[in-house]
Order: sequence, then structure tokens, then C-alpha cells
Amino acid sequence: MKYILLIHVNPAALEALSEEERDELLRGHDAFHRAASESGELVDAVALADPANTVTVRVRGGIETATDGPYVEAKEHLAGWYLVDCESRERAIELAASIPDARLSALEVRPVMTQGGTEM
Amino acid sequence: MTGGAEVSELLRELAPQVLGTLVRRHAQFDACEDAVQEALLAAAVQWPGEGTPANPRGWLLTVASRRLVDQWRSEEARQRREASVAAMAPPGDDLAPAADDADQLPDRDDTLTLLFMCCHPELTGASQVALTLRAVGGLTTAEIARAFLVPETTMGQRISRAKQRIKATGATFSLPPAAERADRLRAVMQALYLIFNEGYTATSGPDLHRTELTSEAIRLTRAVHRLLPDDGEVGGLLALMLLTDSHRPARTRPDGSLVPLAEQDRSLWNQDFIREGVALLTDTLSRAPLGPYQLQAAIVAVHSEAPEAKDTDWPQILALYRLLERIAPNPMVTLNHAVAAAMVLGPKAGLDLLATLDADERVARHHRLAAVRAHLLEMAGDHAAARAGYQLAARRTTSIPEQRYLQERAARLTAGDG
Repeated sequence: MKYILLIHVNPAALEALSEEERDELLRGHDAFHRAASESGELVDAVALADPANTVTVRVRGGIETATDGPYVEAKEHLAGWYLVDCESRERAIELAASIPDARLSALEVRPVMTQGGTEM
Repeated sequence: MTGGAEVSELLRELAPQVLGTLVRRHAQFDACEDAVQEALLAAAVQWPGEGTPANPRGWLLTVASRRLVDQWRSEEARQRREASVAAMAPPGDDLAPAADDADQLPDRDDTLTLLFMCCHPELTGASQVALTLRAVGGLTTAEIARAFLVPETTMGQRISRAKQRIKATGATFSLPPAAERADRLRAVMQALYLIFNEGYTATSGPDLHRTELTSEAIRLTRAVHRLLPDDGEVGGLLALMLLTDSHRPARTRPDGSLVPLAEQDRSLWNQDFIREGVALLTDTLSRAPLGPYQLQAAIVAVHSEAPEAKDTDWPQILALYRLLERIAPNPMVTLNHAVAAAMVLGPKAGLDLLATLDADERVARHHRLAAVRAHLLEMAGDHAAARAGYQLAARRTTSIPEQRYLQERAARLTAGDG
């Protein structure tokens, strides 16, 4: 089963970290990346630029508008994700819990839809 | 000259034999497995152009042995090398065709020993499957990765991790002790069935090449059945795969959408597979103790033998599900049992059975429970509840074609009401 582990961060909480704590956070990501690669579970990893770089695009009545800033303004934002292919939901939760941001903010674990299916 | 497809078929046939011979000689499963894989790749490149050698098995064995020696030489600094090289036959010996008579005999038992090793209980299901496909099936890491829709590096890691695990358990290359064999065989069958289902559930688009997994699972299960012809469950599993796969041409539309069993064009079903599956099952049932794979195969056989959906012998299916529920109870069996009960005794009987699953946390939130309930509610004429059930199931499934099917069923009821 493939699961996406969505990392939500609160920039205020990140800014409040000491340099040492920030280093530890990065090391935690390196460690996670290495462990999930070695176990043959990591499929993909993406880090997103700060929402300050976001452009929101809408098409209304055939007219396209692009506005700076995110679609939803919130205290937290999506900072990136890991895509894993693992044995069970429990394992996906275990993997999410080992990502350092789980201690700072929260991760969302969501199953990825498949093209396969069984007739009923 | 031999075509690429023929070569790859031959290579996959020979892969477990060559690996078995090598592991029996040198004991290092992980190193031997790498060496065989390299020999297979070399053959896949050379044979289609240069022709298949007179003794393909000997060729592979020679090349794999050389790779193994190269590998050991390059690890010269390691102490372990000394012992290994000392223990092995001089590489020159492998070049002579009759150097080792045992090499010329088909090592029938090795396939089974390899399967037991690859499906070691210490490994996760996904690792068992990956390792089985590579070491016994002779597929490349790239092919396995493509079939499971993950990057090659991910699959490569999974395979090498699995091999490390096996090494760490200290497992030797021999059949498991008699007392463990039944359990270990169950694990092998489970892995083979997992491979089958992984391919069978593929519908269209990017998943289409996964159907190769279905034929690979059937091929490997055939091999196990040849080695253990008296095991009823192995025969049952093979019959189950053949009968299930016989429906494949009818179970999806060209756009990848799913066609429920009752609506399938039965003229598209693979009659050869049905005949073979039924014959296999008849033979198995007559001389081996009954098991869950045989029962599941028997249920599919009853469906397969009905010329039209309305001719289905539901009382027979219901009886088989009752039996299955007794010998191998699990919530998925109960779900199917409920459908059969509804077809024979009416929707109320099926809904009553489903009610027993609401407290079962293994299935209470599963989309299939909601889908089956919706189906039975629809049968009972409660369209509003059925529609809500289909919608709930559509939200819960993680399969795009299933979601599409469930949304369609819900929409059909909405239109019917209007």
C-alpha cells in the first residue's frame, strides 16, 4: 500500500527553534530518509518552497487569474511530503511518527488511490 | 537465432535451477543470488543475437560462478574470502560440460527449497513477494519495480534488505524441518496468491503491465503443484488462480471500468482455464483433505459453470461459503457469505449476517462492508439507504475504478428515484 505522509508546519514554531534544534530537525529528516530508503519503503520525497512563493490560479468564465499567496490562509502550511510503500496502515503511522515534524506540528497519513480494483 | 521472448521464458525456467545448484555449492544465498541475476542479464543481452548455447543451464552456471569468484576476489581484503574460495571448486571445472553430473539433472527440489527460503516468516509479505519474483521467477529488479509501481532503487533496497534478513536468521539451504513444513508451505502459497492478486486487480492504463504478475504467479504455482502433486491446497490454489483469471477478459471495459460478475459477457471467459481449473479441482477434492483454497476455487467454479448469471447455483455457493466460514472464518468470507445468503434466502438474511460484522474492527470501516450492504439494501428496495451506502463505500475505497463503479451505482439510484 502506498501512503503519503504530509508534513504540516507552523512557521512560527519553526522560527522559535534554536539553531541547534533546527540542525537536529534536519538531521532527523536525513535519518528518516536513510532509514526509509534502506528498508525499501521510500518512493519519493518532496520539500516545498515557502508559501510566500505560492501563486493561486483560478479560471472563471474562461478567464484566468493568478494571485500571489496560498489558496487557504492558515497558521500551518504544507511543507512537503514523503511517499512510502509499506506493509500496512500501522506501519505508515509508525513511519510518520519517526519524522521529526511529528513532534513539532503534525503529519497527515493518507492512502494513495490505486488503479487496480476488484469487481463486486 | 532465438527470439527475445523465448529467451526470457527459458531464462526464467532455468533461474531457480541455476541458483539452487550454486547455493548448494557455496551456501551464500545473497551472493549467489546476485551472481545468478548478473548471469541472467548477460544471457538476456547475448542469446537473442548470438543464439542460445547448446547447454544453456551450464552456460548460466559458468557465468554465475565466475561472477561469484570475481566478487570474492574483489573482496580480497576480507578474511571470509579465504574460507569461501578454499571451499569452492576451481572455476575451470565449470567450463567442462560434464564436470558435475548433478548440474545436468533438473534440480526439481531446489525450486521448492528456494521458495521456502524466499517466503521466510521473518520477512514481510511485500519482501517475500519481491524476493520470490527475483530469485525463483528470474525477473529483474527493474521488472519487479515496474510491476509494483515503485522506483527501481526502492525495489532494489527491499530485495537486498530481504536477503540480509535471511542471512541474519542463519537459514541454511535445505527444506524446513517436517514439523514446520505445513506452515511454511502456507506462507509460500500466501505469497504466490499475493502476486496473483497484485496482477489480477490491475485494470487499465499504467497498471496494465501488472497482469504479467498473474501469469507469473500461475507459472510458479504450477511448478509447486508439479513438485507436490498430492497436496490438495496447492492444487486448490492453482485451480483458484486459473478459474479466477478465466474471467479477466470480461471483468473490465476497455476504459478500465469494472464490470460486476452478474453483468459480464460470459462468452469472453477463458474456457481453457475453466476446464483446466475444474479438472484440477475435481481431482484434488477426490483425494486430498479439504482446505480453504479448494473451497474458494469450488465457489468460483460454480460461477464459471453457469452459462448466464441467472443460472448460477446459489444454494450450492451458499453451502460452500458455510463450509468455508467453518474451516477458515474471516470477515471477508462473511461478506461473501452474506451475498450468497441474500441470493438464496432473500436480502434480509444477508443483511442480518452483515450486522454481525459491524462490531468487527477488521472490517467495520472497510468499503466492502458498506458496498455489500448497499447492494443488499438495493435488492430489498430501500433505495435511499442503498444510495447512502454506495456513497459511503465510494468515499472509503482507495481504488479509482471501484470508486467510479460505486459512484455510478449511487447515481443510478438517484436517477431511478427522479
